[in-house]
Formats: sequence, C-alpha cells, structure tokens
Amino acid sequence: MSEWVIELRNVSKAYAAHAVLRNVSLQVRAGEFLTLLGPSGCGKTTILRLLAGFEPADGGEIVIGGQDMRTLPPEQRQVNTVFQSYALFPHLTVFENVAFGPRVKGVKGAALRERVMDTLRMVKLEDFAGRKPGQLSGGQQQRVAIARAVVNQPRVLLLDEPLSALDYKLRKAMQLELKQLQRRLGITFIFVTHDQEEALSMSDRVAVMNAGRIEQFGTPRQIYEVPANLFVARFVGEINNLSGRVVAAAPPRYDIRLHDRVINLKSPYVFGVGDRVHVLVRPEDVRIWREHEGSAEERAVLFPAVVEAVVYKGSTVDLAIRLDSGDVLSTTQFFNEDDQALMNLDFREGERVFVDWVRDWETILPHEE
Amino acid sequence: MRIREPFKLAAVGVIGFWLMAFALLPNLLVAVASLLERGGDEFVAPILTLDNYRRLLDLLYLGVLLDSLWLAAATTLLCLLLGYPFAYLLTRMPARWRPLLLLLVIVPFWTSSLVRTYAMVILLQTNGWLNQLLLNLGWIAEPLELLYTEPAVIAGMLYALLPFMILPLYAVLEKLDRRLIEAARDLGAGRVTIFRRIILPLTLPGIVAGCLLTFLPGLGMFYVADLLGGARTMLVGNLIRDQFLSARDWPFGAAASVLLTVLMGLLLWAYYLSARRANRGALP
Repeated sequence: MSEWVIELRNVSKAYAAHAVLRNVSLQVRAGEFLTLLGPSGCGKTTILRLLAGFEPADGGEIVIGGQDMRTLPPEQRQVNTVFQSYALFPHLTVFENVAFGPRVKGVKGAALRERVMDTLRMVKLEDFAGRKPGQLSGGQQQRVAIARAVVNQPRVLLLDEPLSALDYKLRKAMQLELKQLQRRLGITFIFVTHDQEEALSMSDRVAVMNAGRIEQFGTPRQIYEVPANLFVARFVGEINNLSGRVVAAAPPRYDIRLHDRVINLKSPYVFGVGDRVHVLVRPEDVRIWREHEGSAEERAVLFPAVVEAVVYKGSTVDLAIRLDSGDVLSTTQFFNEDDQALMNLDFREGERVFVDWVRDWETILPHEE
Repeated sequence: MRIREPFKLAAVGVIGFWLMAFALLPNLLVAVASLLERGGDEFVAPILTLDNYRRLLDLLYLGVLLDSLWLAAATTLLCLLLGYPFAYLLTRMPARWRPLLLLLVIVPFWTSSLVRTYAMVILLQTNGWLNQLLLNLGWIAEPLELLYTEPAVIAGMLYALLPFMILPLYAVLEKLDRRLIEAARDLGAGRVTIFRRIILPLTLPGIVAGCLLTFLPGLGMFYVADLLGGARTMLVGNLIRDQFLSARDWPFGAAASVLLTVLMGLLLWAYYLSARRANRGALP
C-alpha cells in the first residue's frame, strides 16, 4: 500500500481540440488538505471532474486508494463532491438531501436518522432539517452541501470553489470551519480555488496550475517564499519584479547589476556571467529610508526613489514607490510599536526616499519573456 | 414609461374584451340555456328547470361520460409513455438540432386536425395504405379491420394530442439542472434511483401540465370518434354536438357542456393546488 491516497500519472484531457490538462502528475497523501490553485480555465476543475468520474481522462492513469479508476463510474467511487453551485436537490428537505447518499447505500430507520442528524449537528444545521434548500441562506446551503458529502464518509472529499459565492466575512469563517472539519474527520480534502489567500491559509500543500500544467507543487510557504517561476511568483500574492544581469558568479552567490547598482545576492539556481535574471521582492520585504535616515555609505547601496501614492489600510500603509530608474515598486509598511521610527508612517506623495529590501528574502529567477 | 402606459392599457383592454366577448359571455349563455326548457322554434323556452341535469344522471349518459373519460385517460397515458422519452431524447440532442426537431413536432399544427383525422381514415380503412403495406409484405393474408374500432379512435386522438404532451415535458426537462444528476451519481445513485428520486419529482409539473393538455381536449374531441370510431362510440363531445345539431335539444346539450366544463375546471383546480404545493420551498 503506497502512502498516496490519490495518484495522477501523466493525465491529459482535451475538449475538442483544446487541451485542458497536459500530462499532469500529482500525488496526494491520506488526510492531506490539498489545494489546486490557478486562474479560471487552468484545468483545476477538470481534475476534480476526472477524480469524481464525471468525465474520462484522454490519457494517463488515475489511482484512488490503490485502485485504477479508468472504468469505475462516479456512483461507485469512494469520493464525494461539494459542488460550486451546491447542486442541492430543491424538492427535498435538508434532512432528505443529506440522507440521499446513505439511503442509496441501504441505511434505514434509526441508523439513518442518527447518522444524518449527527452530520447536521456537525455543520450546526440540526434545527433546519425540515427546511427546503430554497428557504436557507447561501452560507446554510453551503453547509448542507458539505454535510451531504461528508455523511458518506468518503476517502476523499472534492471541493469545487465551494466558498466563491459567499461574502467576504462568511468566507473567512467558513475557511476556518472547513479546516477544522477536515482535521476532525481526517478525510483527504482536494480543494479548488482561484483565491491565493484562501489557498495559502487552508492547505497543507498547494498545486499552482496554469494552462493545464502544474507550475509548482509545495507547501504554502514554499509557494510563497520560493516561487518556482514567474507565473507562480505573480499569481500567488503581489510581487515586485526588477530586471538585472549577472556580472560576477561565485555560486551560490552572484553579483547582479540592477540599473546603476551592483548587489551581491544568493540563489539556488546556477547562472553564468551575462545572464539576465528577475529579482523578485515581496512588498512587505521592501524597506523605506527617509532622506535624513542612514549614513552616506549606507545610502550607496540604496535605491533613490520618490513616493508616488500612499494608501492607508488600517493595519498597514501601502506605498507605490517610483525608483529613479523608472521601475515602480509596491510596498507594504506595518505599524511597528517597538520601532519609533517606523511608527511614523506619514509619508507624503512626492517625498524623496531610499529603498532596499531584507537581504536574502528576494527570489532570483532566470529571465522569462 | 409614458409611451408604454397607453400601449399596456390597450393590450390589456383588447385581451380583456376578447375574453369577455368570446369566452365568458358564450359560457354564461350556455349556463343559462342549461337551466331552461326546450322550446319550439326558438330552441329554448324561458322556463327555469333542473330537468336537463336530472336527465344527465341517466345510466345511458353516465355510460357515455365514463366511455369518454376512459378514452381520454387511455390516450393521455399513451401520450405520456411516448412523449416522456421523446421529450427527454429531444433535450439530449445537440443544441443546434433542437429547434429544428421542435419545429417538426409543431408542423402538424399547420394543418387542421380535422383534415389530419381524414388522413388517418385513408391510412386505416380496409383497402387503406396500412393494410396494403401489410398485404404486400405478406405479413397478413386478408385486410385487418382497423377503422371504426376503439384502438383507431385512440390512435387518432394520440396523433392529434401528442404534441401537447411533448411540449410541456420538453420545457421542464430542458430546465432540469444536469448538475443535480451529477450530484446524485456522486452520492452513489444508479439510473433507476436518479430517475425515481430526482428527475421524476422535478419534472412532475410538466407531466401534470401535459396530462391536462391532452386529457381535457381528449374529453371533447367528437370528430375523431366520429370519423375513426364510426357510430359505435358515443362520447360527451358527440352527445353535445348531437343535442345541438341533430336532436335540437339545446338546453340538454348545454347541461352536458356545463358538466364537462365543471369537470375540467375541477381538474385545473387540482393542478393549481398541486403546483402550489410543489413550488413551496423550491429554489428560486
């Protein structure tokens, strides 16, 4: 028995001539919360539909719990789906919706009642058992959809953008609840979303997808801090991109020219002298020095710049900074109670400043067109 | 909005006038006539009586009513059994073919149903096309007696009424959310369970509507029974027509009409109640 509950090997899928999945391979551990993250049309929902069995793969293998899924119809798979639109049965009560799966499997009478009510209690809907879906709010319908799926005790639960129809506050609350539910039940969750924040905050591992391929597969931290390529860096969170050229190489350290400054940076990639690179810096890693701060030699390695826009966001102040070289950086400054200098974030538009970033927190990637 | 108000008023006015003049008024006249006595030259005499309704309770006429109900019910059931799979298959066709196929369902309406019933006579008569075909194929030795039988009447009514069953069924099946079927499969349901627990209940309004649209006209279709059933089957429709045109007993014919109208009204009311119950708590 392998440690993987789900394995995709070189799976491909096309609709007419349009390739939706290109040789996707993916392994999921039992009990893991895995998120498929990507823009719409990247193929993430297609993976769920293949796993659920609604559509056959064109090529490759899909294995769930050690069993080849090729000829197994959806009704015989040990997976259940929470649909994006919920797809609740409108003519059945909440109780009957949740009881649908167990009934099909022959659970009856008191055992059925107990199981359904236990599940409804888990999603805090025990008082709504007699209602029809049309009489519930969006958040409650969402819970019914989850209850209807988990009551079957599936090996794997597939969730297709289940929170996208909810408002911001409710979505936040449901994220937390889903995560807790997953821990409690120990079921493997495969969660599809285009919301990177949702992906990072909920998942054990994230697969970032684009145009039918997996661009990067790793923990939220790896994805955010060590993006594998420019697509991942840009899609997951905001990032500043500076173009540079390697002027001296002593792996793992390189001297990189960024406009008129040469700085020494570290990278796990191997570059040669003359290679063009992207230096990527997260907004929260950018540091801003005011004109009167720092000594002359300190300033020699800083980038002179002008504040272009100031956006007060409550817990942070976001600045758009135009470097003298022309690049615009976005930065996020946190109010810091321990640092009196940083407490004072009253930047003015047009103010001259100097910027750098927390060294070694940048990411250097080979040049991509 | 200013421009649209007079238009709305005119449209509602025309429709209102139309319904008053050509639906409400004639029905009121019939209802009044049913309470009067048979007259000489004027067809009705202005004497109030319930005699016409009392005559309707005669076993002979109850038999006619039961025969009519049976024929209409049998036709409706056959329409449903044929129309449901037909409508379902229509919704499964590629989207660009569907308008054309729907058009083919509707095309027979372009010809008068009386003419189409005569066409059925030509098909079914002893030396008609169907018998000729079967004889030529060697499947039968001598012509079958097809015309002037009850199956011929049912076939004629089926032919005339099938589109009225297919169209409402198509409407509900088209609207049926495919994702619900996927959800049911996902929960482990096989075909039979999905049909019984998801598709059937969700298309019930269409089934009821289709049944009403075939059953109610089926009760009054006198010319089909006349042309394809010969004189053998007397239906409510025939009875009413005969009272007005042959027997010249307008009050009695009117009473039979009122009975038929009340019966249909009751069925529509039952439909309204069931539809209201089905809609309660449904998703918007």
